[in-house]
Amino acid sequence: MTYQRLTRNQIAKRVAEDIPEGSYVNLGIGLPTTIANHLREGSEVFLHSENGILGLGPAPVKGNEDPELINAGKEYVTLLKGGSFFHHGDSFTMMRGGHLDICVLGAFQVSQSGDLANWHTGSPDAIPAVGGAMDLAIGAKRVFVTMEHLTKNGDPKIVEHCTYPLTGIACVNRIYTDLAVMDVTATGLFVIDIVPGLSFGQLQKLTDAKLINSLEQAPKNS
Amino acid sequence: MIDKSKCNIEESLSGINDGSTIMIGGFGTAGQPTELIEALIDQGARDLTIVNNNAGNGDKGLAALLKTGRVRKIICSFPRQADSYEFDKLYHAKKIELELVPQGNLVARIEAAASGLGAIFTPTGFGTLLAAGKESRLINGKNYILEYPIFADFSLIKAFRGDRWGNLVYRKSARNFGPIMAAAARCTIAQVQEVVPLGELDPENIVTPGIFVQHVVRIGGALS
Repeated sequence: MTYQRLTRNQIAKRVAEDIPEGSYVNLGIGLPTTIANHLREGSEVFLHSENGILGLGPAPVKGNEDPELINAGKEYVTLLKGGSFFHHGDSFTMMRGGHLDICVLGAFQVSQSGDLANWHTGSPDAIPAVGGAMDLAIGAKRVFVTMEHLTKNGDPKIVEHCTYPLTGIACVNRIYTDLAVMDVTATGLFVIDIVPGLSFGQLQKLTDAKLINSLEQAPKNS
Repeated sequence: MIDKSKCNIEESLSGINDGSTIMIGGFGTAGQPTELIEALIDQGARDLTIVNNNAGNGDKGLAALLKTGRVRKIICSFPRQADSYEFDKLYHAKKIELELVPQGNLVARIEAAASGLGAIFTPTGFGTLLAAGKESRLINGKNYILEYPIFADFSLIKAFRGDRWGNLVYRKSARNFGPIMAAAARCTIAQVQEVVPLGELDPENIVTPGIFVQHVVRIGGALS
């Protein structure tokens, strides 16, 4: 059987489907930021930016950029009607204090028990930079990770134990990759979605951590 | 009559000595007090410890200050950026010390200093490289690490409008670190676009009350 890996755009769309209306959500830099483009039209989701914004709107039209209205990735943004500005103290109270319903982060690796590694490759000449990643990882009610299932070299990114420096311990709740969606639970990694044409056995071969097939236990009605 | 806006930019910075710890507001360039930093470069203080979220962008502001070689140490959360080349050069040449702090811990340590706390227990960073060597404690089933306040001798921040009592309002996401840094320094200098008469700022909307601000310097210029 052949299968198609999801594009980054399709991963973003898949995550957007799982974000309920009314959620307070922080979208990390990179792929997670693009999830905003796929939220259901008319559905009110409150997007938070660590630099002091709730109610982020889309990118401004050309010519309307404001250097004092940027997101965490330092891209120009807009503010929705009803949005608010606040200082960093309030912003990290929201993040660390469990007030955000969902945050979505990219990752280098996620472990079987939900450890996250996404801030540092550990390379000795790399300049380390962490930003708000560690606060989001342990502070949001639910932490989603989006990433490719394998590295560019074909190594699994979902591993028994992370080899990269950790961002947070046992903090990831759900992983979205280009091949599958997995829930991290106390009893293991449950595969809840898989791209058409890819078998559970094939997915397991591409994954270092042990997977549990919840699709088999609860088959979809056809 | 108290007028915190009577000093010009040079006078407001005249008390900064060599070896000072200086907080500088801003997230990237939004909220960065570029004119105050330029005046600090002219003022000439050296052997500085700088607290900022980043480590300079491009050639201006904080990046220009780093380039002078007068910053001994920087405390920040996100130094590495596409245009942080001045910092990158100093770091690789081992000419600057970096204390990397998760952003929320940076915030909490600044706020701890501002509110007179001796230390804080924070969950952020537990079990990571950035908690290495730090005391940890299990409190109500959750792990925390002990972090100490960051005090500053001076804070240089950018606000939108101020009055002669030092009350400040900010503009959009340029607010970021300004209000918490203002409260954590012995002396806070705010650059503003406009100094307005007392009473003109709506008391319901004042973000930084004047008690946290020692000097207000009008810069003028375009909206941002």
